[in-house]
Amino acid sequence: MTAVPADVLQKDRRRLRVHGAEIGDRIYEIVTTGCALVVPALVIAIAIAIFAAAWPAFAKLGLSIVTSSDWDVANGHFGAAPALFGTLVSSAVALIIATPLAIGVAIFLSEFSPTWLRQPIGFLVDLLAAVPSVVYGLWGIFVLVPMLREYVMPFLRDRLHLGATPFFSGPAYGPSMLAAGVVLAIMALPYISAVSREVLMAVPRSQREAALALGATRWEMIRDAVVPYAKSGIVGGIMLGLGRALGETMAVTMVIGNRPEISASLFAPGYTMASLIANEFSEATNDLHLSALMAVGAILFIITLIVNAVARWLVWQVSRGRVS
Amino acid sequence: MKTLRARHLTSGAMIGLTYLAAVLATLPLILILWHLLKKGATSVSLAFFTNMPKPVGEAGGGMANAIVGTLTLIGIACMIGLPIGVGAGIYLAEKRITPIAHTVRFLSDVLNGLPSIVMGIFAWEFLVRPAGHFSALAGGAALGAMMIPLVTRTTEEMLRVVPVSLREAALALGYPRWRTSISVVLRTALAGIATGALVAVARVAGETAPLLFTAFGNQFWSTSLRQPIAALPLQIFTYAISPYDEWHAQAWAGALVLISIVLVISLAARFVTRSRFGAPVD
Repeated sequence: MTAVPADVLQKDRRRLRVHGAEIGDRIYEIVTTGCALVVPALVIAIAIAIFAAAWPAFAKLGLSIVTSSDWDVANGHFGAAPALFGTLVSSAVALIIATPLAIGVAIFLSEFSPTWLRQPIGFLVDLLAAVPSVVYGLWGIFVLVPMLREYVMPFLRDRLHLGATPFFSGPAYGPSMLAAGVVLAIMALPYISAVSREVLMAVPRSQREAALALGATRWEMIRDAVVPYAKSGIVGGIMLGLGRALGETMAVTMVIGNRPEISASLFAPGYTMASLIANEFSEATNDLHLSALMAVGAILFIITLIVNAVARWLVWQVSRGRVS
Repeated sequence: MKTLRARHLTSGAMIGLTYLAAVLATLPLILILWHLLKKGATSVSLAFFTNMPKPVGEAGGGMANAIVGTLTLIGIACMIGLPIGVGAGIYLAEKRITPIAHTVRFLSDVLNGLPSIVMGIFAWEFLVRPAGHFSALAGGAALGAMMIPLVTRTTEEMLRVVPVSLREAALALGYPRWRTSISVVLRTALAGIATGALVAVARVAGETAPLLFTAFGNQFWSTSLRQPIAALPLQIFTYAISPYDEWHAQAWAGALVLISIVLVISLAARFVTRSRFGAPVD
């Protein structure tokens, strides 16, 4: 009869252990789930914080925040159209410069680069993303802007006779929409090229071999067989770069000239939403001014949120087919 | 129909253009590093790290307060960003396909792309406005919030690389799930997670925009977490847009120090992963 108690004892012990493990597992699960839920909570909290603070301005000023270009703090006029314009134009310039370069480098790395060059060049381009924006700004003020003023702008305007178009006319001050566009291009480049490289590498070998077997040259293979396959991923990468460019603050603030006027010329100084906030936020004295800046922040938040969401969705479309 | 010769010429030209793109894309980094060394190296000395900023008009001086400030801010950011990020990463790695996991994964990618100035506004609204003054704590919190999505995603990726057989072995030996996760899976992926943490630190170390209206900057020595604190990127910004040559020199020196910190961390991160995951894991 001694066997039964021992059996019971062991059963009890096992139950105890299982029970202990269950409690541990539950605590562990609750903690990790809690951590995971911080992410959506953060997004919601950010949205609430910004829109709550922006509400007075939206209620009082309405649509004039985005349609009016009269930004006059003393008289209570807050029209951020020039900043919205500047954000969109500087980002567009950045993408026009960065996209061909980034895709070119991605194609080079995925198709043509000798193996020993692949790592170092990829690393150097990736490192561009690690350079702090204030360093880009500093370099922009003291190296890029003088260079644009002395050489590039006169060259574009007078030598190439682009001064006849409204986009490259007027005096070359230096700090300008063009300077902001160039700095943003350098900053967006690593994001576009990293994603493009990844999706290009994900294109199956058979796709390339089939094109070559049909008699395509190496370039025709890339143009007709590789790039179309990776297209939506590349577009996603461009959108990611766009998201970066739209929200970039410091480097742009330092080189764009910060003048709230809309000008067709890229040589003229401009303003962006992010630099407007950065410049005026800590000096905002009255509530409406502060709220108007928050409203500008809210618009920036919505635009970047949409751009990023679309970008991620596009990249996922491509990479999901590959990974899982 | 183009001749074969023309097609090959086009092909060669386009391939040549991709080589050109590779050269042009690496040029900015090299130029920036070159100018930083040329203009910053002369002002970097021991005094730069130990002295306080000098008033306008006096040459020399250092950024001791800003360097300590940046380290303080990074410390606060890590205390917030690392535990939450790693926890969320574990969740994502273990519950790959639940609706919550999909949402969290997507939102952390989206959060990753949000402008840093938006994070600054957020921290200002919740921490600075109610308190009535700028503080180191608010700056650290803004940076910490920026670290969360980065750390989350890298932790998840690193945990996924751990072979399932390891986990199964531990479970078969009677380890509860939580202990398996912590002492087997997490430990195996530790180097990778450390890399992710380093990358996140490198990214927030150079952030300026979220600090403009949280940490605010400080010309004096301060280590109080409830007071405005100096930070290297903020100091560089202030000096760069000032009209004084002495301050410009200091800005270049500060930028050289900042980029050295960031590059060393980035290189360290790369080195850690390569030595650990260079060989195929399974």
